[in-house]
Amino acid sequence: MTLSTPYGGTSQPEAGGESSPEKLLAPVLSAFWDEDRSWTLDVYQRHEGYEGLRKALAMSPDDVIAFVKDSGLRGRGGAGFPTGMKWQFIPQGDGKPHYLVVNADESEPGTCKDIPLLFANPHSLIEGMVIACYAIRSSHAFIYLRGEVVPVLRRLHSAVREAYAAGYLGSNILGSGIDLDITVHAGAGAYICGEETALLDSLEGRRGQPRLRPPFPAVAGLYACPTVVNNVESIASVPAILKNGKEWFRSMGSEKSPGFTLYSLSGHVASPGQYEAPLGITLRQLLDMSGGMRPGHRLKFWTPGGSSTPMFTDEHLDVPLDYEGVGAAGSMLGTKALQCFDETTCVVRAVTRWTEFYAHESCGKCTPCREGTYWLAQLLRDIEAGKGVMADLDKLNDIADNINGKSFCALGDGAASPIFSSLKYFREEYEEHITGRGCPFDPAKSTAWADQHTEVLA
Amino acid sequence: MTTSSSERGVSLGMPELPAPDYPDDVRARLETDAREIIARYPDSRSALLPLLHLVQSEEGHVTRTGMQFCADVLGLTTAEVTAVATFYTMYRRKPSGDYQVGVCTNTLCAVMGGDAIFEALQEHLGVGNGETTDDGKVTLEHIECNAACDYAPVVMVNWEFFDNQTPASVRRLVDDLRAGRPVTPTRGAPLCTFKETARILAGFPDEREGATESGGSAGPASLVGLRLARGEAAPARVVHPREGGPHDGSRETAVHEPSPTEHLSSHDAPHDTSASDPSHPAGPVAEEGE
Repeated sequence: MTLSTPYGGTSQPEAGGESSPEKLLAPVLSAFWDEDRSWTLDVYQRHEGYEGLRKALAMSPDDVIAFVKDSGLRGRGGAGFPTGMKWQFIPQGDGKPHYLVVNADESEPGTCKDIPLLFANPHSLIEGMVIACYAIRSSHAFIYLRGEVVPVLRRLHSAVREAYAAGYLGSNILGSGIDLDITVHAGAGAYICGEETALLDSLEGRRGQPRLRPPFPAVAGLYACPTVVNNVESIASVPAILKNGKEWFRSMGSEKSPGFTLYSLSGHVASPGQYEAPLGITLRQLLDMSGGMRPGHRLKFWTPGGSSTPMFTDEHLDVPLDYEGVGAAGSMLGTKALQCFDETTCVVRAVTRWTEFYAHESCGKCTPCREGTYWLAQLLRDIEAGKGVMADLDKLNDIADNINGKSFCALGDGAASPIFSSLKYFREEYEEHITGRGCPFDPAKSTAWADQHTEVLA
Repeated sequence: MTTSSSERGVSLGMPELPAPDYPDDVRARLETDAREIIARYPDSRSALLPLLHLVQSEEGHVTRTGMQFCADVLGLTTAEVTAVATFYTMYRRKPSGDYQVGVCTNTLCAVMGGDAIFEALQEHLGVGNGETTDDGKVTLEHIECNAACDYAPVVMVNWEFFDNQTPASVRRLVDDLRAGRPVTPTRGAPLCTFKETARILAGFPDEREGATESGGSAGPASLVGLRLARGEAAPARVVHPREGGPHDGSRETAVHEPSPTEHLSSHDAPHDTSASDPSHPAGPVAEEGE
């Protein structure tokens, strides 16, 4: 191991580049998470909470939409669709109720940003929701929170109650004549409900299965009415944009990927956690400032945005983590869930487990995904157990190809991503499982306590 | 062909009798709650998921009686309610323990030690996936990613976070649960029973003093970026008690042979569904693969 390349790959130190965490990070949503009772209205207001809402209410709803659109804010849930444009698609003057539904069904493997955000700072979401509803002319909004996070549910209940009591929700909000009710809705365990149309079906009291589009939710969403579905972080980012201005927002990130966002570092790294930074930071920068991989180990593979985004290797340490940068390198920014695995980790084991996840979570509505994920899991289990044959590798590719782009929703595409990308970068490792009749890795070495154990023994 | 498991205990051709009703007082109480839930939505059917959490809070799992109740108050058929209840993994289909211990075995947690933890618990408790200890206290389950990857390996008890776990820490955890000793999660409120948790999920706020405050503003991993941005010294690796590894003594095997238990997610069909649940009103069907 050399000093210049602590994680592997080729180091590309920027000449004179600023690399201190103070310069590279930009806590906005996370700025006061370490304060006592950060989730309360009092603390939020002390940090200029609900100032963005006051500014929004002084503008016309259409101007608010234009403002958010001009800021360049893009969806933080994975797809990166411009948030303001989503709002603009809502037909106005159609006489129908409009709805805002916040997707808080954070379930993508590796993704862990919305849950800490809602735990520590739920009012940023609620303020953003009031602004969004004012813009799209909605008087009823929903937070669809995955059910498996009861501590977060408690804080959302509490925050909504506080917001009603303070006049930020209910009727005639801040004397504006605007009414808004928010319903907090707990899901019941289904990854697919993070897909926006499946989420809407689930919120209507049905099995969470995706809908055929068109019509898009903006035209026929919840109860067949115009509906905006936004990720938690997207909506929670809106108040700061209103408060500090779109130029401030655009001063961070790049032309096409402006602003700040939460990066979630996890796995075999020295300091897993949340890092809020302008879009475009690289994994190398994040690792450099946070202590790198765990001592004595090298980065082997990582996901830029959850298991559904094609994996990267140590070749990609310098890819700018924004929508264009990651896309150009052959993956997707997704949810910025940077799951890092070191050389002790078996890629086949990792991909098998993800594939079993997709097979379990496939809703069963469309054949390519339902059958394809099932067969992928069978093949991968055999390969991992040393019972595979070489032809299985092409078969994996072929089945993944029959799912990718041919399934009803993006779950199928997500299932194909780890297959394609792992075969691309680690085909030899699959072959080793086949020729060696088993897995050459010891899972005990990749556990969080592996090295402590070794030290004890030594 | 021998009798399949789905055929046992089912009277062929005999439709099941309707589910028994709740006692009048229970039904009256639940109807009051149900009205409150339904009032939150523009369309009553949206109340179905919270109502299923509500009936689960009454009996600890979703019974035929509970599904009949949901159907009655929403004007749905029991088939419509059953279709929904069987889709979501948080609804239990059989009596289970007061404490649901879920070990994350999705890739990242599994690799970081979730598999070893799950194995240790199975051995320690003498139960398999989805099974309950004899004292009715603990139901063991492996779960999917629970959005706490920066705290891996993660264990959830009644959907409260137990971060950075080890085989030793979870053994102690389940021992405490079974002995009735108070247990506090890493992030979240002191544990209540599964039924009480289900009521919170139905949308009735936790009224316990201090429940919302518990766990502080944010866990340590949630704050690492913020502290760095403030110029505070790079955080020392957050070290949590990790007494002992999963295997005592060094286990030196050149080739790792995955055991069946490692295929935790043999979960293509882990939950009973209408096609595999012998006591299900939909009646007998062929086993998968027959």
